[in-house]
Amino acid sequence: MAKLVKTEEEVMLGDMARGFLDEAAPVSHLRKLRDAGETEDKGLWAEMAQMGWAGILVPEEQGGSDMGHAAAGILAGEMGKTLVTSPFLSTAVIAATALRQVADDRAGAALQAIAAGDRTYALAIDESHKFNPDKVELSAEKVGNGFLLNGSKTFVVDGGNADRLLVLADAEEGLTLFDLPSDRTGITRTHTAMIDSRDSARIDFSDVEATGEDVLGSVGYAANILTPALRAGQAALAAEATGLAAGAFGMTVEYLKERKQFGMPIGAFQALQHRAAHLWCETEVTASAILHAGRKLDEDPASAGLAVSLAKSRATQTAKLAVIEGVQMHGGIGMTDAFDMGFYMKRARVAAEWLGDYGYHAEQVARARGF
Amino acid sequence: MQEIFDPEAFRSALRAWLEENCPEEMRDNAQSETSICWGGKRWTFESDAQKTWLERCAAEGLTVPTWPRAYGGAGLDRAREKVFHEEMARINARSPLQSFGIWMLGPALLHFGTEEQKLHYLPPIARGEVRWCQGYSEPGAGSDLASLQTKCEDKGDHWLVNGQKIWTSYADQADWIFVLVRTDREAPKHKGISFILLDMESEGVTTRPIQLISGKSPFCETFFDDVKVPKEQVVGDVNRGWDVAKYLLTHERQMISAGAGGLAGGGRALGAVLSEDNGGELDTVLRAEAMQAEVDALAIGLTLERYKDQAEAGQGAGDASAMLKYMGTELNKQRYELLMSSGGSDALEWDGPTGGRPSDWLRTKANSIEGGTSEVMLGIVSKRVLGLPG
Repeated sequence: MAKLVKTEEEVMLGDMARGFLDEAAPVSHLRKLRDAGETEDKGLWAEMAQMGWAGILVPEEQGGSDMGHAAAGILAGEMGKTLVTSPFLSTAVIAATALRQVADDRAGAALQAIAAGDRTYALAIDESHKFNPDKVELSAEKVGNGFLLNGSKTFVVDGGNADRLLVLADAEEGLTLFDLPSDRTGITRTHTAMIDSRDSARIDFSDVEATGEDVLGSVGYAANILTPALRAGQAALAAEATGLAAGAFGMTVEYLKERKQFGMPIGAFQALQHRAAHLWCETEVTASAILHAGRKLDEDPASAGLAVSLAKSRATQTAKLAVIEGVQMHGGIGMTDAFDMGFYMKRARVAAEWLGDYGYHAEQVARARGF
Repeated sequence: MQEIFDPEAFRSALRAWLEENCPEEMRDNAQSETSICWGGKRWTFESDAQKTWLERCAAEGLTVPTWPRAYGGAGLDRAREKVFHEEMARINARSPLQSFGIWMLGPALLHFGTEEQKLHYLPPIARGEVRWCQGYSEPGAGSDLASLQTKCEDKGDHWLVNGQKIWTSYADQADWIFVLVRTDREAPKHKGISFILLDMESEGVTTRPIQLISGKSPFCETFFDDVKVPKEQVVGDVNRGWDVAKYLLTHERQMISAGAGGLAGGGRALGAVLSEDNGGELDTVLRAEAMQAEVDALAIGLTLERYKDQAEAGQGAGDASAMLKYMGTELNKQRYELLMSSGGSDALEWDGPTGGRPSDWLRTKANSIEGGTSEVMLGIVSKRVLGLPG
């Protein structure tokens, strides 16, 4: 396997992303969107697409930059550092990976539209308050040559704004993935006000008509497409959460050096030093799991499940610790809305839950390791 | 075996060599105190197979696979070293030799030693002929190691050493000791230390084992009473021994973290061992704790791997080795707590159904003390990595 060291290109990609995002999307950008009651910035996504980020997992024939999952993780990590709001995970990572599993012209055209920044996606999979992709009740009933979809999806991240939806449904032949325009008759989207101020929706399907054309891959074989797409999304989300932890931690360390009490910087107190050092150790260990998951997805995707679940479970724990310590070490100011730490805490909570929480992924690790 | 550079060609040659040369009795992956040879003049081989295995490996440089051939190694790069460990693990082969000479003195000599010192001291380590111990801590110099007071005076044609060391692992079984001594009492504490090599058979050296909570006595007190040491037995410059000591500590920390329960990935999952203890059933709490430990073990194993890859790419671990030591040892303690819990009353018997588990459990408590305590490691991270004041 490729080394667990970032290549020169990867380092450059990260530096370039950081430079761009510090200008275009610092945390204050998310705050501005929230205060305006908005959950997306189309201009920002267009710029990202121009830089090749929307097509990071799209083949070059379809106009993508095709840099792979480790690179996607690096971008996600940089976005995590300043809590960047964009359709990157849902569209550029999850949907692009799903579409890549299908070798037909329609999927090719969809990938082209993604890379160009012209089309956004959301994955509609959850039906209850916990991630459980094996338990799907939204039905796809066969009617004539097509299907009728009935049921509801919840916690559809980016689902309020997305142009299209990847919908997991239960058909007679088994779980099936549909690729539908989000304005198809019978689809009702309800924005849910989320703690992280980002887009998420509850989506109801009432006698939604779909044809064979709308099926991604084969009827009854959703897993062939969904498994790689989920793994890609989970790994990139883990990378985002780890970037988030690094962002929160960076703020905290700076504060420890600046804030004076008892006539000295609070970072001179050993009680805080050791907790900060412990947190840094956790972020270093998690960073290894993140890079490893990216490498596995690039080189041996069929057996990347353990690596991805390891990354997601570690990242969830580390981000949680980083924001808890972040608020605590900032003291009262950490509790105020005027200060950014709260944004980190809230996004960490959403990232922990999305695509499987710590318990879900630790369970996958345990099973893969034989207990 | 001739030198083969292509890792996969090396793998097949090595596999054939192992098939031919590794005795059946050495293929049980045993890891008890005496199952792996420590070498030295006082070593009693457990079996003929153990002796044969050592000799055959030493002849090929495979006791120290990454050392240069000139000093008794096989000159393997990282890719082939990995193949070597994979192939050894594949047949459950015991390590042919373990020693502080291999883990600690060797790397320090390779970095700081003169060519004469390397040629003189390294090959006997590789062949398992000389066993070394480490004289660092003193009764008054534990976490504050640089305040050590063992006196070393320049007597013209020799050094004269007086003082006491403590926690000297296996000093009573070692042939030689590498010692930190104070050669300048006026200089600031880090600037008056030298790193010397000393024959344990010298007149004036005595050792006394210390019995530990595990019932074992791996550590000793070591006393130096007017011990004469030849002038050329200093490694690095006089009064610059702290540089050598720090370099060696980095290796020691990596070794302790890597050794912490076979974290490097290939080993069996802790949860699987616990489950077997309990007839395939694990209670909910223990299973959840084992999951957490497994997640952490895999991630720490990958971090060791990542730091090795970085080192190969020319980015040294430096002060971050403190992180590896801290995380690895704390996890190892936690793993042994789970093993004890899983073993129940079986694990409370010194030589019960779980074998040496209680003694191993107690031994792990030293992991976060030896080679720099967890608190010292966190101090290094907070000051040197994070730049926190004070």
